[in-house]
Amino acid sequence: MLIKKGIAASLGIAIGRAHIVKEENILIEQKEIPPEKIKAEIKRFRDALDKTKSDLDLIRAKVLTVLGKQHAKLIDSHHLILSDPLITKEVPKLIAEKGLNAEFALSEILDRAEQEFEKIDDEFFHERKHDVFDVGKKIISNLVNSEKVSLKDIKEPVIIIAHNLYPSDTLHIRESNKVLGFCMDLGSKSSHTAIFAQSMGIPAVVGLSDISRQIQSGDSVIVDGEQGMVIIAPTAEIIAKYKLRQEELHKQEIFFHRLKGLPAITRDGHRINLMVNLDSSADVQELAAARSEGVGLFRTEFLYMNRDAVPTEDEQLKAYSNVARALGSLPLTIRTADIGGDRATQLGIKGLKDERNPFMGFRGIRLFIKYPELLKTQLRAIYKANAGATIKIMIPMVSSLNEVTTVKEMAQEVKTELSEEGFEIKKDPEFGVMVEIPAAAIILDSLLGEIDFVSIGTNDLVQYTLAVDRINQYVSELYEPFHPAVLRLINLVVQTAHKKGKPVSVCGEMASDPYAIPLLVGLGVDILSVPMKMYLRAKFSVRIMNFERFAALAQQALGLPTSEQIRKMVEEELK
Amino acid sequence: MIKKDLRVINELGIHARPAGMLANTASKFACELKLIKDKMEVNCKSIMGVMTLAAGKDSTLTVVASGSDEAAAMAAIEELFASKFDED
Repeated sequence: MLIKKGIAASLGIAIGRAHIVKEENILIEQKEIPPEKIKAEIKRFRDALDKTKSDLDLIRAKVLTVLGKQHAKLIDSHHLILSDPLITKEVPKLIAEKGLNAEFALSEILDRAEQEFEKIDDEFFHERKHDVFDVGKKIISNLVNSEKVSLKDIKEPVIIIAHNLYPSDTLHIRESNKVLGFCMDLGSKSSHTAIFAQSMGIPAVVGLSDISRQIQSGDSVIVDGEQGMVIIAPTAEIIAKYKLRQEELHKQEIFFHRLKGLPAITRDGHRINLMVNLDSSADVQELAAARSEGVGLFRTEFLYMNRDAVPTEDEQLKAYSNVARALGSLPLTIRTADIGGDRATQLGIKGLKDERNPFMGFRGIRLFIKYPELLKTQLRAIYKANAGATIKIMIPMVSSLNEVTTVKEMAQEVKTELSEEGFEIKKDPEFGVMVEIPAAAIILDSLLGEIDFVSIGTNDLVQYTLAVDRINQYVSELYEPFHPAVLRLINLVVQTAHKKGKPVSVCGEMASDPYAIPLLVGLGVDILSVPMKMYLRAKFSVRIMNFERFAALAQQALGLPTSEQIRKMVEEELK
Repeated sequence: MIKKDLRVINELGIHARPAGMLANTASKFACELKLIKDKMEVNCKSIMGVMTLAAGKDSTLTVVASGSDEAAAMAAIEELFASKFDED
C-alpha cells in the first residue's frame, strides 16, 4: 500500500481500478499480445512509422517553401529520430520479448529516453527532449488512429490517472459517464479540471507531482477527495474503512436534500441569493431538479470546444434558449466566451501566435474585441434568446472602462440591426463585469456608470492578485483565497458597488468553500453562485451561520496581516 | 576495436543537428560505434542517445568502433568533429 498526498480538488471518495491517460488525449493501455499475433503487432508498428515518415515528408515540403532550408533541417532531425535504433529496433524487441502492444512498448521506450533527458542539467540540451516527444506523439497518434481509443470509449467504471487533463478531455469524461474519480500530477483546487470535477460531483485529487508514473492501469486505487490523498493498492481493512466513509457521505447527501427549496437565509434572517454555475447546456435537466434561484454564471466556452469552426448564431441561440426556458422567470447570467488564443487558432482564426503566458495574454474580452465578429455573433444570439427578458450579460477579463463601452456600443449596434431585421426586443439585458483582474476592482467606481451588476471571479482574482499561476506546481501552494489582499479587494468591490446600489455576486470556487462562505456573506456579498453539486452544501453553510457575528468577524479579518490568522479565526468560530 | 578521444570544438556543442549528423554518418557503417562521456555510454547510431550526452563545447568524448569497417567509420566520425559539424 502506498499513500500519496496531493490537493483535494473535489469532494467525495472513489474506490476502483486505475486507468492511465497519457498526454494528447490518448489512452495508452497495456495489452497482452498473444505469441501468434506478435508479428502482426510489429507490422502495425512499422506501418505507423512509415505513415509518420510520409507525414513528415509532407510537412518538410511545406516548411521548405514557407520557412526555408534552416527550418527544414529540424524536420530532418525528426526523420533521424524515426530511424533511431531505439525506436526501430528496441520497440519491436520489446513487443516480441514481452508481448506488449505497440503503443505501450513505444511509450515505455520514450519514457526511458525522457528519463535520460531529465538527468541533463544543461537547459539547452534538456529542452531538446521536446523534439523527441513531438515525433513520439506523431507515431503514437498514427498507431492509435487505427484503434480509436479515447476517453469517450471507456467501457468499465475507472479512476482516471493523468499527468494533466485538458478541457476537451473533461468533455469526453462527461460523455463516457464511466469515471469514478481522477488524479492528476498537475493542477490546483481551482484549475479547470477541478472545477469540472466539482460540477460533476466526481472525487478528485490533483497536484500529485508524479502519480501518473507510479500507477499502472488496472491497479486498485482509492481517491480521497476530502483529505487530498490517493491510496495505491489499499489493504482490505483500508477499503472497508473508506466504504464506511462513502456511506456516511451518502447519508450527508440525503440530509442536504432536505434543504431543497428552502431559502438561503442565515440564522439571524439575512437573506442572500444562491445560484448555480453552468458549464454546458447539457445540465438543464438537473437545473430544474436543483431548484436554485437562477444561474449566476453560464460559461459559454463549451460551445467552442472540440471543433474547428466558430459556433454559429443559431447554434448559440439554441443553447441559450434551452437554458433560459428551463429557468422560466429566474435570472440567467451569460458570460461571453472566455477563450484563449490557442483555442481561437483551432477554430480557424488566423494570425495568432503562441503565447508565452496565456493567463496574462490574449483571452476573454480582449480577444473578442480584436475579433468583433465573434462578439457580435454571441451578442446577437443572446439578444434573440432573451424572449423572457431574464438574461444578463457578463463580460470576462475586464481591465478598463474602454472595454466595457466597446462591448456596449457593439450591443447597441446589434440591437439596431435586429430591430431592422424585424426582431422585437422587449427589454435590454443587464450588463455586468467580472472582477478578475485587480485593476477592475480598483477602478470599479468608474465602471459602475456603465453596468448593472458586478461578479467576482475569485479564481482568477486570487491568481492575478498574488501573481500565482494556479497550475504551476512550484507556486501553487501560494495560491491562497484567504490572503488579506484578496479579502480587502473583495471588500472594496462590495463597498464600491453598494454605494451605487448595485449587487455583487461571487462565482469562483470560494463561493462554495464552507470556510469562505461566512466571510463573503459577512462582507456583504449579495449572491453566491456555485457548482450544482455544491448547491445544497453551500446553502447549509449559509443557513447555519450568523450574519451579524460574521459581519463583525469579516471586519476584523480585514485588519489581520496573514491568511493563517484569518483561516484560524474562521475555523475556530465554526468549530 | 579502435578507441579515440575527440574534443567538441564547435560553439553550440552536440545539439540536435550535430547529433543527427553523427547518427546519420554512423548508420552508414556496419561496425558497432559507441560514444562515451563521463561514464555514460550511448550508441552513436542513435540520435536520441547522442543528444542525451549533452556534450557541450570543449567536452571530450571517447569513440569506440569495433567491426569490419571500424577504421573507415572512425575516420568519418573524426572528420565530423574536425569540421565543427559544418557550423558557421
